[in-house]
Amino acid sequence: MTDESFTSALTCEGLRYSFGQTRAVDDLDLSVASGEIFGLLGPNGAGKTTAIRCVTTLLPVRSGMVRVFGRDAATEPMAVRRLLGYVPQQLSADSRLTGRENVSLFARVFDIPRRERAARVTQALEAVGLADVADRLAETYSGGMVRRLELAQALVSAPRLLILDEPTIGLDPIARAGVWEHIQAVRAATGMTVLVTTHYMDEADQYCDRVALMHQGRVRAIGTPGQLTEELRARRGDESAPTLEDVFRDVAGSDLNEEGGAFRDVRRARNTASRVG
Amino acid sequence: MSGEPATPPPASADRPRGTGLDLLTTPPPERARWRVLPARVIAMCVVELQKLRHDRTELYTRAIQPALWLLVFGETFTRIQAIPTNGVPYLDYLAPGIIAQSTMFIAIFYGIQIIWERDSGVLTKLMVTPTPRPALVTGKAFAAGVKAVIQAVVVVVIAALLGVAMTWNPLRLAGVIVVVVLGSAFFSCLSMSIAGIVLTRDRLMGIGQAITMPLFFASNALYPTTAMPAWLQAISTVNPLSYQVDALRGLLLGTPAHLPLDVGVLLAAAVAGITAASALLRRLAR
Repeated sequence: MTDESFTSALTCEGLRYSFGQTRAVDDLDLSVASGEIFGLLGPNGAGKTTAIRCVTTLLPVRSGMVRVFGRDAATEPMAVRRLLGYVPQQLSADSRLTGRENVSLFARVFDIPRRERAARVTQALEAVGLADVADRLAETYSGGMVRRLELAQALVSAPRLLILDEPTIGLDPIARAGVWEHIQAVRAATGMTVLVTTHYMDEADQYCDRVALMHQGRVRAIGTPGQLTEELRARRGDESAPTLEDVFRDVAGSDLNEEGGAFRDVRRARNTASRVG
Repeated sequence: MSGEPATPPPASADRPRGTGLDLLTTPPPERARWRVLPARVIAMCVVELQKLRHDRTELYTRAIQPALWLLVFGETFTRIQAIPTNGVPYLDYLAPGIIAQSTMFIAIFYGIQIIWERDSGVLTKLMVTPTPRPALVTGKAFAAGVKAVIQAVVVVVIAALLGVAMTWNPLRLAGVIVVVVLGSAFFSCLSMSIAGIVLTRDRLMGIGQAITMPLFFASNALYPTTAMPAWLQAISTVNPLSYQVDALRGLLLGTPAHLPLDVGVLLAAAVAGITAASALLRRLAR
């Protein structure tokens, strides 16, 4: 294995972002190693999505630093975007196009040469198990299939860092497992780095190599799920094995309340959920 | 806290054979900067055509209004000869105006699609591709132009069926396409700019409804500007629709027109529209 596997895929240092008086991201430090599946965890309003939007260049990096494979998001946004595959929280496939057309659009906007385009699109659709239904309109797809189609859209440009914002929100358990299986298979086949946000602690425990627990704009704990739960068990000195959720309650302390999440976020999540359902 | 990265799994050692994902491991080459804009314009136009191929309802419903304008309004006013058209039959005079009007209507509601794309994640995802915002807006503006050209063809066919004598000179028809695309680029960018300000579909619908008729009536689409009171003439002079109608009349009917001025104004308006919409697109990304 070369040293390159250990280089940093994503580095955030002292990242801050405020909406008016609200500090959504407050001095965030984060390092994601190349090739790992990294989970960014936290409740609604923890600042996960804002952090992701800074990394994806959707929001300007005004304070602090974001680097993707060494390229600075503030000064080289186009170079950063070429390295990224991004699946936002909302359903972002176009229901009025077929699966193949949806993926093909992203092949075009990532400047894939015409001679490779069709083959790449087919491979991306095969990677998520949609090759057989590729020529059906996306509006006929189930929620899990749409998510996988969005994954294919992100994969077609061979990104080095795949960013998935709440990829399983609103999906039933079987569809959730299906999405994760494809994420893992693609990672195994291509070695790409995956950064995923979720508030399902059980998924993070099961599928992520490392996780960062975020609360009120900061990372409160970081490590492998095993390390984090083991540390808590050792500290508490009790016999029962704590879960990631226990770790989270521990680091968030009494601050944990239900006030997180702006109205628009809630509406968006519910819209996504209802369109998927 | 343990900040040390865990050992990542071997990236290539156990790569499954026969999965055929080899292409997905090599990033595409970067395209020369000057080719990005035309490439994005083509991408957006292709998508627009694909959507129209899957669902043609819009094509048919949008043909109704211009057909009524020509059939009811045009035929009636041809009969009463109330409008000074320099000897051109009123229906002929009206046809280019209706092409301009009906393509403007399509373009002015194009922002609704942008808001829809924003509320779903389509726009967000496009904005994380190596596409500068002006290139994205230009692509969308030309995609609106594709719709407008198809609409123009429909109106030309309706007008021809009603006996309007228009040119079939291919060069002039190519000119018509250029003029329709430029006008549509401006009005769709106006719509996207308004979308960037008001951010909701309902408000954009309201504003769209409020401005389309004034733009239409304060232009030379229905009557020559010489028949207007001075204040309306002044508005007509700054209304890009007037220049579009003038150019279309000149090209389709061969009436005296100011083609270089018309195309110049439409081009400048389109560039200004693209600039404004690109600047406001950032608001839609939040």
